[in-house]
Amino acid sequence: MQQSGIKKRKRFMLILAILIVLIISMFFISLSTGVIQISPLEVVKTLFNLGTDRQELVLFDFRLPGIILALLIGAGLAVSGAILQGITQNELADPGILGINTGAGLAIVLFIFFFQDIIPSTSALSAYVMPFAALIGAIFAAFIIYLLAWKRGVTPIRLVLVGIGVNAAFSAILTILQLKMDPQNYRQVTVWLSGDIWNANWNYVVALLPWILILIPVALQKAKALNVFNLGDDLASGLGTSIERERSVLLLIAVALAGASVAAGGAIAFLGLVVPHIARKLIGPLHQYIIPISALIGALLLMVADTIGKNVLAPTTIPVGIVVAIISVPYFVYLLMKSK
Amino acid sequence: MRSIINHSAIWKTIINFTAFFAIFLSIAISISYGSTDIDLKIVWQAVINFNPELTSHQVIQEIRLPRALSAALVGAFLAVSGAVMQGMTRNALASPSIMGVTDGAAFALVIMLAFFPAVSNLGLTAASFIGAGAAVTLVFMVGSFSKGGLTPVKLALAGVAIGTMLRSISSIFALHFQLEKEMGFWLAGGLDGTSWTSVRILLLSGVVGLIVALIISKSITVLSLGDDISTGLGQNNLYIKILGIFSVLILTGAAVSIAGAVGFVGLIVPHITRFIMGTDYRWIIPSSALFGALLLVLSDLAARMVNAPFETPVGAITSLIGVPFFLYLARGNRGGK
Repeated sequence: MQQSGIKKRKRFMLILAILIVLIISMFFISLSTGVIQISPLEVVKTLFNLGTDRQELVLFDFRLPGIILALLIGAGLAVSGAILQGITQNELADPGILGINTGAGLAIVLFIFFFQDIIPSTSALSAYVMPFAALIGAIFAAFIIYLLAWKRGVTPIRLVLVGIGVNAAFSAILTILQLKMDPQNYRQVTVWLSGDIWNANWNYVVALLPWILILIPVALQKAKALNVFNLGDDLASGLGTSIERERSVLLLIAVALAGASVAAGGAIAFLGLVVPHIARKLIGPLHQYIIPISALIGALLLMVADTIGKNVLAPTTIPVGIVVAIISVPYFVYLLMKSK
Repeated sequence: MRSIINHSAIWKTIINFTAFFAIFLSIAISISYGSTDIDLKIVWQAVINFNPELTSHQVIQEIRLPRALSAALVGAFLAVSGAVMQGMTRNALASPSIMGVTDGAAFALVIMLAFFPAVSNLGLTAASFIGAGAAVTLVFMVGSFSKGGLTPVKLALAGVAIGTMLRSISSIFALHFQLEKEMGFWLAGGLDGTSWTSVRILLLSGVVGLIVALIISKSITVLSLGDDISTGLGQNNLYIKILGIFSVLILTGAAVSIAGAVGFVGLIVPHITRFIMGTDYRWIIPSSALFGALLLVLSDLAARMVNAPFETPVGAITSLIGVPFFLYLARGNRGGK
C-alpha cells in the first residue's frame, strides 16, 4: 500500500514535469508563430527587453495576453469538468454539455445588452465586472438544471439530458438577443456559442487570474472529499463526510471556474469533458492528482488549439472552441460507445 | 387499445379537419402580417383574382404566399420524418434536429458552396440530402455500436457530438471561404428568401416522401411494437426500415435545404400527435403533417413579430417552444431510462 503510494507519487511528479516541459516549449512555439515570424531565440531576447519595438509590440500586446488567457481558460474549464464529473459520478458531465457555459455566455450578452452605455464592453472595468456577470449566469444555469433534473433525487443521465435541453434554450435566447443588439452580427453569436478568445488583452488576463489562482487550489484542498464521492453516496455519508454540503461547495467552485473562463473565452465545449478522462487514464482515480494534471493538460490543449486555430488557415482565424471540438469530439464518441 | 381508436375515428377526422382549417387561417394571417399590413380581404382577392398591377397583390403572390406555403410544408415534413423515426426506432428522442440531420445538411451545403460556387439549386438540394443521410447514419452507428445499445440518452449524446463535429468543420470552411452569412442562416433556420422555386422543390420531394411514409404507416405501427413482435406477425422489417429511412431522408433533406436548421419540430409534434391520436401510425403520420405545418406557420409569424422589422431566426423560436417539451420527455420515464 505504502509502496504503491510512493510509486504513484513518483509517477505523478514525472507526468507533472513532462507536462510543464511541454507547456513551456509550446509556449515558445506559440509565441514565435504567426503572420509575423519571430524565432524562439528572438522571443527570449524580447522577453528580456532586448528585442525591437515591433517585436515587443507583437509579443506583449498581441500574442502574450492571448496565450496566457488560453492557459488560464484551459486550466479553469478542465478543473471545472473534473469536479463536475467527480460530484455527479458521471463520466459525461462537462460545463459545456450541461449548459453552464451557455448560461454564463447568456449572462454576459445580457450584461452587454443592458450596460453597454454605462460600461462600454471594451473598457477595463467591464473586463473585471464580466466574470461576475458570467458567474451569476453560470450559477443560475446550474440551479435551473439541477432543479429540472430533480425528481426524487438526480440521476446522472437525467442531468445530462436536461442539460442538453437547457443548453438549447439558452442558445436560442442568446441568438435572439444578439440579433436584437446587432442584427447583422451573426459572428458574435458564433463566438459565444462555439468559444473564442475574443478580447485578448491584459485586462482580461488580470481579471481572470485571481479566479483561477484561488479556485484551483481550493478545489485541490477538497480533493479528498471528491475521492469519497467515488465510493457512492451511501458509503460516503457513512464515512462522515457531510455529503450535500461538500457537494454544493464543490459545485459552486466548478460553476465559478466555468463562469469566469467563459467570460473570457466563450462557451468552449468538450474540453472540460475530455481532459479529466485523459488525466484519469494517466494517473488513476485520486483527485489530488487528477486536479493538477487536468489543469495542466487543459492549459496545454487550449494553447495548442489556439495556435492551430490562428495559423493553420492563416489569415483566417478559426475560433479556438471549434478547434477544441474537432480534437475532442472523436474522443467523446469513443467514450460514449464504451460507457454503459 | 384498439377500441379507443375505433371509437374515436370520427373525432379524429374532426380534429384533422380543424387542424387543416387552422393552417388555412394562420397562412392567411401570416400573409397579411408584414412590413406593410395587408387586409385579409385583399389577401383573399390576390389569391383568387390576381391583379399584377397592384403592389399589394404582387407582394402577396411573389413573397408572402410562397413563404407561408414553404413554412407549412417544411413543418409538415419535419414532423412526419420525426414521427417515422420515433416509430421505427421506438426511441422517444429520435428526431431530425436531435440526431444532427440539420448539421449534416448544412455541412454538405457549405462544402458545395465552398468548392463548387456555381452549383445549381437542385445540386444544393441533392447535397443536403446526402449530408442529412450521412449524419443520421453516423449518429445511428455510434448509438447502435455502443455498449448497452441505442438508448434515448445515447442517441441524444451521439447527436450532440456528431452535430458539434459537423458544425465545427463547416464553420471552418465558412470562415475560410467567407460563407459565414450562408452558414449562419442555415444554422439558425429561417424562411426569408423562399420563393416559388422553394415551394416546387418542397412539393416535388414531399409527394414522394409523404406517400412512402403513408404507405408504410401501417407497418410502422407494427414495428413500433418491437422487432420481435413485428417479425412474428410476418413482417419484413428490413424492407420497411429501408423505405422508412428513404422517406426520412427525402423529407428532412428537402426541409433543411429550404429552411435550414429548424429545431425540435420533428421531436415535439409526433409526441403531441400520439397523445391526441393514439398509437396507430395511419393516424399519426397525416396528423403530424398537419400539426407540424400549423406549428411552423405560427412560429414563422412569431419570428417576424418578435423583433420587427428584423427577423428572428425561426429555429430560435421553435427551440424555445420545443425545449420545455424536451425537458418534460427527459424527466419522464421513457427519457430518463
